[in-house]
Amino acid sequence: MTGGRVSGGRVSAPRVALGLFLVFLVAAPFVLSEFYVTLMNYIGLAALVTLGLVLLTGVAGLMSFGQQAFVGIGAYTTAVLTTTYALSPWLGLAAGLVLTGLAALGIGAITVRLSGHYLPISTIAWGIALYFVFGNLEILGRYNGLQGVPPVTIAGWTVGSGRNSYVLIWIATLVSLIAARNLLDSRSGRAVRALRFRGTMAESFGVDTARLKLVVFVYAALLAALSGWLYAHFLRFVSPGPFNVNAGIEYLFMAVVGGASSVWGAVVGASVLTMLKEWLKDLLPALFEQSGNYEVIVFGVLMVALLHRTREGLMPAFARLVPVARREAWPAEAAPLARRERPQPGEPLLEVRGAHRQFGGLVAVSHLSFEMKSGEILGLIGPNGAGKSTMFNLVTGVLRADGGEILFRGERIERRAAREIARRGVARTFQHVNLVGAMPVLENVAIGAHLRGRHGTIASVLRLDRAEETVLRAEAARQVERVGLGGQLHDAAGSLPLGQQRLVEIARALAADPVLLLLDEPAAGLRYREKQSLARLLRELRDEGLSILLVEHDMDFVMGLVDRLVVMDFGEKLAEGKPQDVQRNPAVIEAYLGGLE
Amino acid sequence: MTADIVAWLAQDGITNGAIYALLALALLLVFAVTRVIFVPQGEFIAYAALSLALMESGRVPGTVYILLGGGALAAAMEIARAVREHALSRLPRILALYVLLPVVIAAIVWWAVPRKLDQWLQILLVLAMVVPLGPIMYRIAYQPLASASVLVLFIVSMAVHYVLMGLSLVFFGGEGLRSRPFSDAHFKVGMLDVSAQSLWVVFASMVLIGALWLLFERSIYGKALRATAVNRIGARLVGIPANLMGQLSFLLASFIGAVSGILISPITTIYYDTGFIIGLKGFIGAILGGMASYPLAAAGALAVGLLESFSSFWASAYKESIVFTLIIPVLAWLSLRSRHVEEEDE
Repeated sequence: MTGGRVSGGRVSAPRVALGLFLVFLVAAPFVLSEFYVTLMNYIGLAALVTLGLVLLTGVAGLMSFGQQAFVGIGAYTTAVLTTTYALSPWLGLAAGLVLTGLAALGIGAITVRLSGHYLPISTIAWGIALYFVFGNLEILGRYNGLQGVPPVTIAGWTVGSGRNSYVLIWIATLVSLIAARNLLDSRSGRAVRALRFRGTMAESFGVDTARLKLVVFVYAALLAALSGWLYAHFLRFVSPGPFNVNAGIEYLFMAVVGGASSVWGAVVGASVLTMLKEWLKDLLPALFEQSGNYEVIVFGVLMVALLHRTREGLMPAFARLVPVARREAWPAEAAPLARRERPQPGEPLLEVRGAHRQFGGLVAVSHLSFEMKSGEILGLIGPNGAGKSTMFNLVTGVLRADGGEILFRGERIERRAAREIARRGVARTFQHVNLVGAMPVLENVAIGAHLRGRHGTIASVLRLDRAEETVLRAEAARQVERVGLGGQLHDAAGSLPLGQQRLVEIARALAADPVLLLLDEPAAGLRYREKQSLARLLRELRDEGLSILLVEHDMDFVMGLVDRLVVMDFGEKLAEGKPQDVQRNPAVIEAYLGGLE
Repeated sequence: MTADIVAWLAQDGITNGAIYALLALALLLVFAVTRVIFVPQGEFIAYAALSLALMESGRVPGTVYILLGGGALAAAMEIARAVREHALSRLPRILALYVLLPVVIAAIVWWAVPRKLDQWLQILLVLAMVVPLGPIMYRIAYQPLASASVLVLFIVSMAVHYVLMGLSLVFFGGEGLRSRPFSDAHFKVGMLDVSAQSLWVVFASMVLIGALWLLFERSIYGKALRATAVNRIGARLVGIPANLMGQLSFLLASFIGAVSGILISPITTIYYDTGFIIGLKGFIGAILGGMASYPLAAAGALAVGLLESFSSFWASAYKESIVFTLIIPVLAWLSLRSRHVEEEDE
């Protein structure tokens, strides 16, 4: 595991379960009959494709019914190169991966930016299109397919029989599973897990979500192509049949059955459906006294029933059988991360000049101007609907201003994307808590430090990122400690009370090592003592040179804390100044308490 | 390519395009009201077409068993809910709607089949068998998941498609069937030979589109559907029942699907799994129209029909590939226009 020790020094239950599974895998080709070895081969091949879908659909929230097309590209590429051109299967593998990668890059670049349902519809469409291409191209042998695909040879060892293929297939599957697990347990993996529901948040901490989605999409396609290559050389024959649209639907069903809570869900889903299909194929035609794909009825009913009960698949149910070992607190001995150079106190930091934003006919922010100096706490207050959160979104690049200028340390940022503004040292919290609920507090906070690491997906798959990862997690742990949640480091963020979730949001923003911290109602849902300690923390941070822009409704909290106030009403600036002056301003009193007549 | 081939291909394309346009409208309607990507729409086409062909040959179509079984299952779910909510007064209505009505329809079909009624009466019976499947399907598969994400609902659609396609094979068998044309007449328009069946298809589609427009503009149910499509929560707050709107949109979709099947079955041989591909072409049409506007979706569907017809002349084997690849450039264009990050709640 990743440096976190397992409690008590005993071997943990999940490791026992994993060990038993590995023992079974090793023993299987020696004890099982040819029929079952072949079945295991099909399970491994399906698990590879399903693994890609678990990452793509379950984790990143992108759905594809077209993975069979990538399997087909992988299988046909190697089949043509090894039969017609008599080249080495390894060349076939390389060519298949390159071709699939390019195809996925092209299709992905077009579809992953679009809203959720376009991708699955287009995956069905290209799956059908490619199926008919496979079936009609002369060079691919039309509907008859390609015969006589040679076996793979590794250093003189020919992977001829089903039992030999078993070794190759399951080594590939296990390596891919471990690679996927490594990926999820890393800087990139945290960002991937935020893609599904938390794209805006991820962008606000510097993640290029569109690019990351594309990476996951291509990765899933490459796993499918690998499965296709293994399939072609195991079966020694390729025809269009296995790449029809139903195959793509069934891969997705496997991912749903297994669930996305763990990469092992791919093995569970592939095993359950592959065995069920085999069994139903014997049973059902006898029942209906004619042949046909009757198992689709059972699959369909099974899926609807499963989704009515749970949307997490079977893996959590399997996981419940095995008690989970808790990791110990993260060791804080890691070297501290380099910090950003901070501007001198009193330097101009943020300048808003005539910022304007409209939603249809509603003017949310109307030609608003204010300035903020480095090292101050500036409060932005106003009645509900005054435009405070919109102003926040304009400064952080989540929304784009219709007019006006916003300068950060003298540089115009109003046209920049959220992740570019984050890079300049602006971090924020969200009014509606924006955490990845299923992920532990520590990892949620570590997303904040995303821009302070640099290792990408490939490094994390190969575990070259461990030193950096230790430092990032130690930094995250330090910030969690700082907001007073050291005891909840490993709890799922979604399980905390709302007030504490807001503190997690602050810790995440702090992990970004910001120059300017924007807090959107940080005290909402906190108890009196918690508010006091939050105020103390914010003062400490200011004294360390951090500048804070604060939206808050709790006037006691704001008045005792901020250096200056900007009061907004109906998108406009009503007043500006020191708290005690603003409190006496008649316009402010009227806005808050209503007119006197 | 001579002028009469062009004219003939255009006629073929417009005929199919009219069907795709109907389907595109239904798909758009269901998506707007329920957020369901309604893949099983295609099954209604196959069910209606095959039921009609079987009745014409004097056999009782298996659709009656699907109707009876689906009704019984939906009734069981409704009764379980009524018991849970201590609302037993709902029982008579549940039984009447989900048990008695299917039984009556089935009885009429059994009575009518050996008597070889007039074609129009048979068509009415087919509609009576197939159309109730829409609301029943909504009740069984979708209503319990009404609040789920678009992606979960999409998976449910695929699962329902699987079930219906499998049942289609069980009850209709693997053979392709064709029903009798409404009329064998042909007209000479200049040098073009127009079949009356094509005219029927185009005419019926236009009438149906007009009727839908009237429904949405003039009736309270149509307005409620539109309100639900614009803002689901807002519609519920003003007292529009979400489940009823879901069932109503599925009823319209199954009706449109069944009519499409009846219209198309005299000109195309329909197999148990043909509906899926036809339904998807409706989807391509809807996407060409940007998945938002009804007139654009209809225009897109017509374009699909024409493209299909002309590509079957140039490259018949790649007809499907060409049609289904068409959405890639369209999606590329949509993608260039979109900038926002999509957000769904957990």
